[in-house]
Amino acid sequence: MKELLVLAEHRQGDLRDITFEMLTKGRELSQALNADLTVLLLGHNVKGIAKKLTDRAKRVLVVDDERLRNFNAEGYQRVLSHLLSERKPLLTLVGHTAFGVDLAPSLAAELDIPLATDCINLGFEGEKLVVFRQVYEGKVNVRASLRKSESYIVTLRPATFEIEEVKPLGGEIVEIPSPPSLSDDMSYKRFIEYYQPPAGDVDITAADIIVAVGRGIRDVENVPVVEKLAKAFGGVLACSRPIVDKGWLPSDRQVGASGKTVKPKLYLAVGISGQFQHISGMRSSDLIIAINKDSKAPIFRTADYGVVEDLFKVVPALTDRILEEKG
Amino acid sequence: MDIIVCVKHVPETAEADVAIAEDGKSIKTTELVYDINEWDDYAAEEAVLLRDKLGGSVTAITVGSEEADSTLRKCLARGADRAIRLTDEAFEGSDSYVTAKILSKVIKNLPFDLILTGAQASDDGCAQVGVVLAELLGIPHATMVKKLEPKDGIVKVNQELEGGLEEIMELKLPAMLAIQTGINEPRYISIMGIRKAMKKELKVLGLKDIGLTEEEVGESGSWIIVEKMFVPSVEKEAEILTGGVDEIATKITETLKTRGLI
Ligand SMILES: Cc1cc2nc3c(=O)[nH]c(=O)nc-3n(C[C@H](O)[C@H](O)[C@H](O)COP(=O)(O)OP(=O)(O)OC[C@H]3O[C@@H](n4cnc5c(N)ncnc54)[C@H](O)[C@@H]3O)c2cc1C
Repeated sequence: MKELLVLAEHRQGDLRDITFEMLTKGRELSQALNADLTVLLLGHNVKGIAKKLTDRAKRVLVVDDERLRNFNAEGYQRVLSHLLSERKPLLTLVGHTAFGVDLAPSLAAELDIPLATDCINLGFEGEKLVVFRQVYEGKVNVRASLRKSESYIVTLRPATFEIEEVKPLGGEIVEIPSPPSLSDDMSYKRFIEYYQPPAGDVDITAADIIVAVGRGIRDVENVPVVEKLAKAFGGVLACSRPIVDKGWLPSDRQVGASGKTVKPKLYLAVGISGQFQHISGMRSSDLIIAINKDSKAPIFRTADYGVVEDLFKVVPALTDRILEEKG
Repeated sequence: MDIIVCVKHVPETAEADVAIAEDGKSIKTTELVYDINEWDDYAAEEAVLLRDKLGGSVTAITVGSEEADSTLRKCLARGADRAIRLTDEAFEGSDSYVTAKILSKVIKNLPFDLILTGAQASDDGCAQVGVVLAELLGIPHATMVKKLEPKDGIVKVNQELEGGLEEIMELKLPAMLAIQTGINEPRYISIMGIRKAMKKELKVLGLKDIGLTEEEVGESGSWIIVEKMFVPSVEKEAEILTGGVDEIATKITETLKTRGLI
């Protein structure tokens, strides 16, 4: 029987959402292919996590080893290259996350298994694996096929596949020993510690109204234009990543995959194009309004209301109107 | 410290009209402005900062067409010592895997302690080249690097994870690091600066110079082949508010009022 593997992603004792997203898509694919869906869990003292995974797969393979306690692409790759060579799964799903991006390309290159990264959909057409991806900053989609092979690796874009509710499957947990290669010298890459940058003075995740500014603001001197609007609303000012990279706002104001995840009653995006790393941090907001001069900006695919205009015209007018309203 | 920085010449599309070309597999490029990939700009700056601090050299490399010279010249103006462009008709259609293969063939013959790449390219968003390259060269790697400190044959890095969390790791040199934006402030490169750097070496190599066959590059050597490009269909589309700015401001205000947000 063909096998479809999902590599579980977890950190500091918790499974990450991407694991459930992959399992949802994995289940659909395995049914279409009449293949076994197996979860692969690497770590140390992960019994609790393994148990949770039995709800969603018939089989959970666990490699429990002290040396896999923290994610380290080097150790993970040794275990995976051994397992993939042995089991030859038709398809292995990995998250397109910091973890997956560090691991999948080197694993694929070591084994010469065709890899497609950051996929938003995939499926087999007969023998052919077809994937869908986004390119050119979310403006164009690609349909691509992978070179014919007995095995494939695909990384899935986070927050793209809705997690489905399932009746617990009550799958089995199978412990497998770590391969001998894990004992070899692993001094090439060593985990030292996690570092959480200190929290700032504003917690944007607690705000009901967020006005977020992006690179469309052009210059640090223009940031007050948007800040005034945030104030008029009685909301807080947040931003996309480039604004933090340039040092225009502190990092605790950043919304997105590598920043904060927010769910305000109103999210107003100003001069933000809407790359998926930004969207994943704000897509669950109750109401999303976007102001962008480019009618093709991907943000309009997530927003409820859109304004296609120069922000320097709309934002001051809106600020005045709100202040007027509030008296 | 000898540093190699891999860079890519990409179209700026965030604010441009992007249209599909006749072949249905690529985009129309004539109207687009090209520049160094944003992530690579940070990588090139980091390379030069390290070289200035520790001595050694910086070599900028790209796989691309002749137009990519402007991106290499920008790296030279920034302070890179030399540049290499890898160009061949046979490279057409190469995916990230092949690009990494091509780079590895050249880099393995160069002295280096560190290879830097951008964490991803803004055009294809694959985030593969650096990590595949490290594997092909048999050296350790780290991605999404936000901070790095080389010392005594080791480099200590901060790798960015989701939600702002970072992971501190130590890697043995030589190593490959894929650089995340925000690690430094890339300096502004003036036209004057680019002109001044015109004297610096820019070498061009092709397929026959690197020891790969035609089958190993281009589409035939690739893992993934583009079949079609299309403008995404819209599942959910924002209701666009139209009118003059005052009219729009009023429409937004009314909407928010009905929802009790004002
Ligand atoms: C691993 C990783 C993690 C990341 N994490 C995050 C994250 O947490 N958060 C995040 O935001 N990004 C993140 N990014 C970066 C992300 O890929 C994008 O680069 C970023 O979101 C772009 O920000 P932006 O929309 O402000 O800028 P751009 O994409 O440059 O968009 C600017 C927009 O402004 C519009 N505009 C310009 N002038 C005007 C005007 N006068 N009036 C109106 N509109 C105007 C343009 O049309 C354009 O749409 C991450 C990337 C990686 C690789």
